[in-house]
Amino acid sequence: MSLIPLFVVVPLGAAFLTPIFSKVWKGFPDWMGNLASGFLMGLSLWVLRFSGDTLVYYAGGWEPMDGIPVGIAMVLDGLTVMMLLIVNVVGFLVTIYSIKYMTHYTDKGKYYTLFLLMMAGLNGVLLAGDMFNLFVFLEITAIASYALVAFGVEAEELEASFKYQVLGGAASAIILLGIAIFYQLTGTLNMADASRVLVDVGGSPAVLFVGTLFLVGFSLKAALMPFHAWLPDAHPSAPAPISAMLSGVVIKVLGVYVLIRIFFNVFGTALLPPVLTIFLVLGTLSMVVGGFLALGQKDFKRLLAYSSISQIGYVMFALGLGTPLGILGGLFHLMNHAAFKSLLFLNAGAVVYNTDNRDMEKMGGLSQRMPVTGTTSLIGSLSISGIPPLGGFWSKLIIVLAAVESGHYILAGVAILASIVTLAYYLKVQKLVFFGGLKKVYEGLKEVPVFMCFSMIVLAILSLGLGVLLIPQLRGVVLDPAVKVVAGGIEYAKMVLGG
Amino acid sequence: MIAFVLAIILFLVGLYGILVKRNLIKIVIGLMIMEYAINLFFALVGYREGGTAPIVSEGLGDKILFVDPLPQALVLTAIVIGLGTTALLVSFAVRIYEKYDTLDVRKIRKLRG
Amino acid sequence: MMGMTLIVKRITQLMAPSLFLLGIYVVLHGHLTPGGGFAGGVLISGCFVLMVLAYGSEEVKSEARKWRASFSESLGIFLFWFLAILGLIQGSYFFFNVIAKVNPGLPNHLFSAGIIPLCNIAIGVEVGAALFAIFITLAILRVGEKL
Repeated sequence: MSLIPLFVVVPLGAAFLTPIFSKVWKGFPDWMGNLASGFLMGLSLWVLRFSGDTLVYYAGGWEPMDGIPVGIAMVLDGLTVMMLLIVNVVGFLVTIYSIKYMTHYTDKGKYYTLFLLMMAGLNGVLLAGDMFNLFVFLEITAIASYALVAFGVEAEELEASFKYQVLGGAASAIILLGIAIFYQLTGTLNMADASRVLVDVGGSPAVLFVGTLFLVGFSLKAALMPFHAWLPDAHPSAPAPISAMLSGVVIKVLGVYVLIRIFFNVFGTALLPPVLTIFLVLGTLSMVVGGFLALGQKDFKRLLAYSSISQIGYVMFALGLGTPLGILGGLFHLMNHAAFKSLLFLNAGAVVYNTDNRDMEKMGGLSQRMPVTGTTSLIGSLSISGIPPLGGFWSKLIIVLAAVESGHYILAGVAILASIVTLAYYLKVQKLVFFGGLKKVYEGLKEVPVFMCFSMIVLAILSLGLGVLLIPQLRGVVLDPAVKVVAGGIEYAKMVLGG
Repeated sequence: MIAFVLAIILFLVGLYGILVKRNLIKIVIGLMIMEYAINLFFALVGYREGGTAPIVSEGLGDKILFVDPLPQALVLTAIVIGLGTTALLVSFAVRIYEKYDTLDVRKIRKLRG
Repeated sequence: MMGMTLIVKRITQLMAPSLFLLGIYVVLHGHLTPGGGFAGGVLISGCFVLMVLAYGSEEVKSEARKWRASFSESLGIFLFWFLAILGLIQGSYFFFNVIAKVNPGLPNHLFSAGIIPLCNIAIGVEVGAALFAIFITLAILRVGEKL
């Protein structure tokens, strides 16, 4: 039970220690960062045993009085356990990768400090049981990621990070306005308590206004279609491990997870039908436009960034269907996307580490010299395009089946079309970068160092094999409790406050 | 009531600054104004008619009406978050000026597509 | 950045210690009067910034001074983290007021409210050092210099 705060406490402590000791011993940031993220990964695997129940931890020991929670609550339920697993496993693999990759940049001490702060923020958002704690940890993650995007201070990175900051800052201001009006409506900040109050208040204009503010604010953080403008600049300019974290984890936690929590669990049936339609529309738009924009890209990482927009569109589309099968498909695709998008960004990083440019037309035939990178990239690309029996196929199949089941035949066809477009541009990437003739200037290349290969191989195995999570025994551990929490809607209040 | 409307108008002024202005520093100032307007709004949410400052001190007696202390604590945190964001933005603006030699947003467009 | 005239320097010499003392007062009495860690920290950093503005930036450019600001900031926030952890180590909750359980103290006295004044002191140190470090970075350092 008292393991729950450790998710936030350990990375915070490691982040605060790193600047003090990094001048004394040069290897300290590496050791501290990897030990901390390894511990977090072990902890997140350990809490899988609790995935069926809802654990609540009141910080400071302030227990609820008369059934009304008065303290800061940290809640661990099925959805949280699944997302914690994604965040901490990817985080650990990325820190292993950064041991060698960040030698190309200055000052590893600052990098690990910011990275551990970002991990603490992500875990805090997942565990937050009340709105303002959610906001504070959201801001910690966002500010750490602004600094990390511009880590190597070149002109392009600064510009991309500035754009990201202004849009992210405007989103945070809109979210804070929503929280202020939310507090005035319900008189409490605790999410479970507020959902009880909102059942009575119903669909009044104030609730609609708050819902709109939250939708706009968090869609900006999740890079859904009309609000996606920062993503194609920010994700390529960041160093590769940070791009993997941003695309694979941060936009999911800050955007999709919070949208699920707020609209399914807190607002519930008061706002749900129009919100589901909006998710459906925005998701379809992101899927299609993101895919088509990715076709025309020449920059490796920029193509991957547009592909992220497209895949998050898939997830929102699946959630917008509203049926339990749709929610299962959406959450499973979330998990898969974390695995293969991080893998693809780490591959791009390995290519940049060796060749120092991102323009795909200047590369070719690299898989002859870098076999591990080439093979893992092939596995990742096939998985994201939905080729059976790799992991991505199963989640896309469930999404299409859910669309057919709820009667949206045209949209199911659109989803399949977007999948074909995905296959098209990933095949283009593979052809331009890894296959074909080797250019003379790349004759002397060697494979990337062992640590980087280790992360890529583990992520490739995960992209291959995550389909096994659909086997009923394993599904009951990870995916089913998450679906139960989301589909249960306002039941969240009963489970947190105990009836 | 009028105070809430004025806070929202301040928020819209800040939003206008971000959307319309071309100088980087003016965009940063617009974002700052937005954040301060929200903090003001939030602090006003906690007001109760006829209440006093929510601190227990001597000579106060029982049954005193306090204003709501929760928004005050939250606004304190939000101000510090705003401080962190602003410091980061301004240092980025300084660095961009060194690299691009201009503060005009329309000219800082190396990334496109 | 050049310093200012002799009159300004003399007046700053008289005023800055009072400002510093005011900042410490606001920090220490955080549980009795409005203020606390953040506001007091801003006042403390204001004192240092006033000194730099009056005397010019040459005084601050030494390596040791710059590193001290950064180090005090990390130390302050680490102390705050440690105070929050004390509850967990002892077996009860995170952020638990461990001292108040043992020795509650009387209301409206300075030595009361358990862990809260210590937290205020840690935050005051941290915010003061952080704001001064931001000021040094933005106003004094040029390209290529490090903190």
